[in-house]
Amino acid sequence: MSILTDTAGAHPARPAADGRARGPRDNRAAVVMATVFLVLAAVYMLLPVFWLLVSATKSQGDLVDSFGFWFSGFHLGENLKALFTREDGVYLHWLLNSLLYAGLGAAVGTLLSSMAGYALAKYTFRGRELVFSVILGGVLLPATALALPLFLMFAKLDATNTFWSVFLPSIVSPFGVYLSRIFAASSVPDEVIEAARIDGAGEMRTFFTIALRLMSPAMVTIFLFQFVVIWNNFLLPLVMLQDERLYPVTLGLFTWQSQVSRDPQLQILTVTGSLVSVVPIVIAFLALQRYWRAGLSAGAVKS
Amino acid sequence: MTAVPTRTAAAPAATSRTSPARPRRQRGHWLFLLPFLVPFTLFTVVPVGYAAYQSLFRTQRVGGTFGHTTSVFAGLHQYREVLSDPDFTRSVGRVLLFGIVQIPVMLLFALVLALLLDSTVARLKRFFRVAYFVPYGIPGVIAALMWGFLYDPRLSPVVDVLHKVGAHPDFLGSGSILWSMANVVTWTYTGYNMLIIYAALQAIPADIYEAARMDGATGAAIAWRIKVPIVRPALVLTGVFSIIGTLQLFTEPQVFRSISTSVTSTYTPNLAAYSLAAGDDYSEAAAMSVTLALATFILSFGFLKLSSRKAQA
Repeated sequence: MSILTDTAGAHPARPAADGRARGPRDNRAAVVMATVFLVLAAVYMLLPVFWLLVSATKSQGDLVDSFGFWFSGFHLGENLKALFTREDGVYLHWLLNSLLYAGLGAAVGTLLSSMAGYALAKYTFRGRELVFSVILGGVLLPATALALPLFLMFAKLDATNTFWSVFLPSIVSPFGVYLSRIFAASSVPDEVIEAARIDGAGEMRTFFTIALRLMSPAMVTIFLFQFVVIWNNFLLPLVMLQDERLYPVTLGLFTWQSQVSRDPQLQILTVTGSLVSVVPIVIAFLALQRYWRAGLSAGAVKS
Repeated sequence: MTAVPTRTAAAPAATSRTSPARPRRQRGHWLFLLPFLVPFTLFTVVPVGYAAYQSLFRTQRVGGTFGHTTSVFAGLHQYREVLSDPDFTRSVGRVLLFGIVQIPVMLLFALVLALLLDSTVARLKRFFRVAYFVPYGIPGVIAALMWGFLYDPRLSPVVDVLHKVGAHPDFLGSGSILWSMANVVTWTYTGYNMLIIYAALQAIPADIYEAARMDGATGAAIAWRIKVPIVRPALVLTGVFSIIGTLQLFTEPQVFRSISTSVTSTYTPNLAAYSLAAGDDYSEAAAMSVTLALATFILSFGFLKLSSRKAQA
């Protein structure tokens, strides 16, 4: 149930831990020490991002010569222009490819996971636990372990270097099934399904008009998890794709970086391109934080 | 991880017994399961099976250097090759060393941050929670590229500052680069692990602490004696994910190869398998992938079993 309330945006009532009601034993020294530690940790986490932000505004010369943690000249506009016009705008291609692989892949994957999770939570049938165990086994088999076997299979079918060779494997998310089974069990009451059946709704209709709506906060969580996994996937596109026009942005920036020794200008473009690719995802990430916490607690809470 | 599904499984079983049996209801589930199970089979089960099958063959060249290649059945020959390959065993040793040092450091760091954010002594909790989670939003390739710049002696402001105080670190040397990678991984995943632990801490009802406080326990004592044992399952979960991630280490070494000569093409097991496949040696690459997948599976599963047995004792 705590999953439900979390996804609905309500914070669990924990006055003692929320900092409002402080115990008399919190002495000043403990507060200072804790704060110093937390600040140092925050500096460690944020300094590289700050460096990226600062560096993207520099010229290639200043990137090398000036002090890295402070501004020197402002060339962000020129860098962006160079970034988007390089090789006939290949960078924009990469960004759109990433959006397509991750956005569409996560959308399709979330729907498939939700259906499977719903079936595993709300139907009783022979072999249900076996099916679930096999899917859980898939959780322990990470994407990187599958990339090479997938490549060998697609190579046999002569299907590497296609959009589908990266897209199709990405829609499978065993972890999504695991999460949606938990969510379906807790957020779709059996009485509601029964009522829909008595009213004569078919199984599919019951799912799409009723269950899906009740599960929608959970589906946002599953979508986000899968989106980030696909967006971050590096090995699969690396082994599958030769055509630069099919690259996701991570692979594109990697190839630029590995060509820096031939063309130094690519260094500042890699920096700027990294910043541009990171900004939208970090913003989306922070804006949708409560969904993350819901998904994380579902995996971690045992009671 | 195992506790939640068993709990949820009980509910539907109970209701189906109380409601009258409907034949339609017994068939519906496959309509929902097949759209997932078909791609799951095609893109998870079949590739692993195909790789296992291919690992039993060996490619042979027929008719000299320029002749075509054929594959012949070779049994477990490729596996003997893989296991007796000194580069491969070295790469396995390397990721094990990496994991033994990096995973405890990262999880301890994440645990301390989570406990502090859950305690009454911390201020600005919301800000810190967000700040620590930012690195997880940055793709591994970008994180490695970014830290690569920060390690590069020609570019790095970190090296500049250290030079001024008289230190001359070599982040990209053969002795230190493994730990430079460990730093990138720690940076990326500490916040994520912290949030998993923090979510578990938040689920503990506050009245549990009241009794301890009445007895005069300090915040630190409550944290170590009460909170840490309760969030054990969360620590086990983060441990399993970390073990899997470590054995599969690929992105960081692959990115660092372009800035440091210390990273060889067989630096980690995954990189070694990738290099074999890139060199068209599919059979040995397949055998290596299967070996690695099996090892990952056994280690993470073993860790789960071991920690659940300890919890019951």
